[in-house]
Amino acid sequence: MANETQTMTQTMTVSIWRENGDDGRFEKYEVPARENQTVLDVVAYVQQHIDPTLSYRFACRVGMCGSCAMMVNGSPRWTCRTHVSKVVADDQLEVAPLRNLPVIKDLATDMDPFFEKWVAAEAVFHPSKTRHDPMAAITPDDPMRIAASEAIECINCAVCYAACDVVESNPDYFGPAALNRSWSLVNDIRDDGQDVRLAAVGSNGGCHNCHSQQGCVQYCPNELNPTLSIAGLKRETTKALFRRSR
Amino acid sequence: MIRPHRTHPLWFAFLLHRLSGLGLALFLPIHFYMLSLAISAPAHLDGFLRFTDLTIVKLAEYGLVFLLAAHLFGGLRLMALEFLPWSPHQKTMAALAVAFAFLVSTLFFLKAI
Amino acid sequence: MLDLRLYMLQRLTALIMAPLVIGHIAVMIYAVQGGLTVDEILARTQGSVAWFLFYGSFVVAVSIHGAIGLRVISFEWFGLNGRALQLFSWAVFALLFGLGAKAVYAVTFAGVGL
Repeated sequence: MANETQTMTQTMTVSIWRENGDDGRFEKYEVPARENQTVLDVVAYVQQHIDPTLSYRFACRVGMCGSCAMMVNGSPRWTCRTHVSKVVADDQLEVAPLRNLPVIKDLATDMDPFFEKWVAAEAVFHPSKTRHDPMAAITPDDPMRIAASEAIECINCAVCYAACDVVESNPDYFGPAALNRSWSLVNDIRDDGQDVRLAAVGSNGGCHNCHSQQGCVQYCPNELNPTLSIAGLKRETTKALFRRSR
Repeated sequence: MIRPHRTHPLWFAFLLHRLSGLGLALFLPIHFYMLSLAISAPAHLDGFLRFTDLTIVKLAEYGLVFLLAAHLFGGLRLMALEFLPWSPHQKTMAALAVAFAFLVSTLFFLKAI
Repeated sequence: MLDLRLYMLQRLTALIMAPLVIGHIAVMIYAVQGGLTVDEILARTQGSVAWFLFYGSFVVAVSIHGAIGLRVISFEWFGLNGRALQLFSWAVFALLFGLGAKAVYAVTFAGVGL
């Protein structure tokens, strides 16, 4: 049941990136200016009522899955958790696909490079036991477990990846998300791949490229701190260097 | 002008660190060359040093000392970030680095004029 | 493009230079008062092993530090890569070290013993 008492025909202009091949450009759409709406609502309205050919991603639409991440007025955000009233400036709203990723169509980016770097940074668990071995005894107040837990809530939305200028200027750089997950695994005593992992994060595309701009910290919707994790990786690789030279 | 995702304090701290380093790197060859004149052309160097007495040059030196101090204190901030336990006061550290740089360079300038 | 080795060199030279920079700024604040002359500089530094070591280590460190710093900038902001990047990095090092060593020599032991 409609419960909003809107003033008639109040609209706003939203610029949405359209791309299908080599023809990327912004296109403007007039949408109703409701008192309470998110950027995802606006994008959905355009696709449902104006142009059904608009491609975009979303899933949960309640700020849990990270699928709806896009550039909103130049900043990477979850569009389902971005109220239009908070970001609209001079009645302008600009929605574009996430930065630093290839565009498949319109607002949908190709996440393959993001996940390929995830693997390259060894942000993957290397098991050390079988089901027949006793479980690892890890207490919740173990400092390493606490460090791992603080970095563990990443849902791979790529907002930090889009925010990072080093990702933009260095195609080999693994990026904040992959390195953050790698750090959480460095702190996982069950993991058997620390040598391989430290070699990976100390390599050409690794943690030493981070300039601590902390754009990742600024924009992570889960309030994670990849810069902190990357600093941890810098310390671990340094320690490994001195261990090797003994 | 500055892309929206960059308009937060710690990005500006990064920019200051990069530009100060770049400025110093461009300045150093000139600095080294002038000093080497101490032995090959001391009168020439003396003339140049008298030229540096001009207030406009002293202002330029003020800027250079600021760049050096900012790069030093900013660099210490970065190494603390990387090698010491994480501090939740990142913006404060960045602000303090700039503040100390300003203090030191102003001290230099006031002594210089 | 910065790997562990270059990163460590950058941080180590930075650590070495921290006290050298503080010392240099202190000398600057002291020496700039009343104007600078060649005689005043040389009276302080000429024949001095201590100043030779101070500024000598400063030049070595800054040549490495500056070369690596400019390497990163030229890669990230100007897209320099591969062989050109290597040449550029070594050229910066050579320029800074060459000019710097000449300057250190000029103010310490160049005119001594004549």
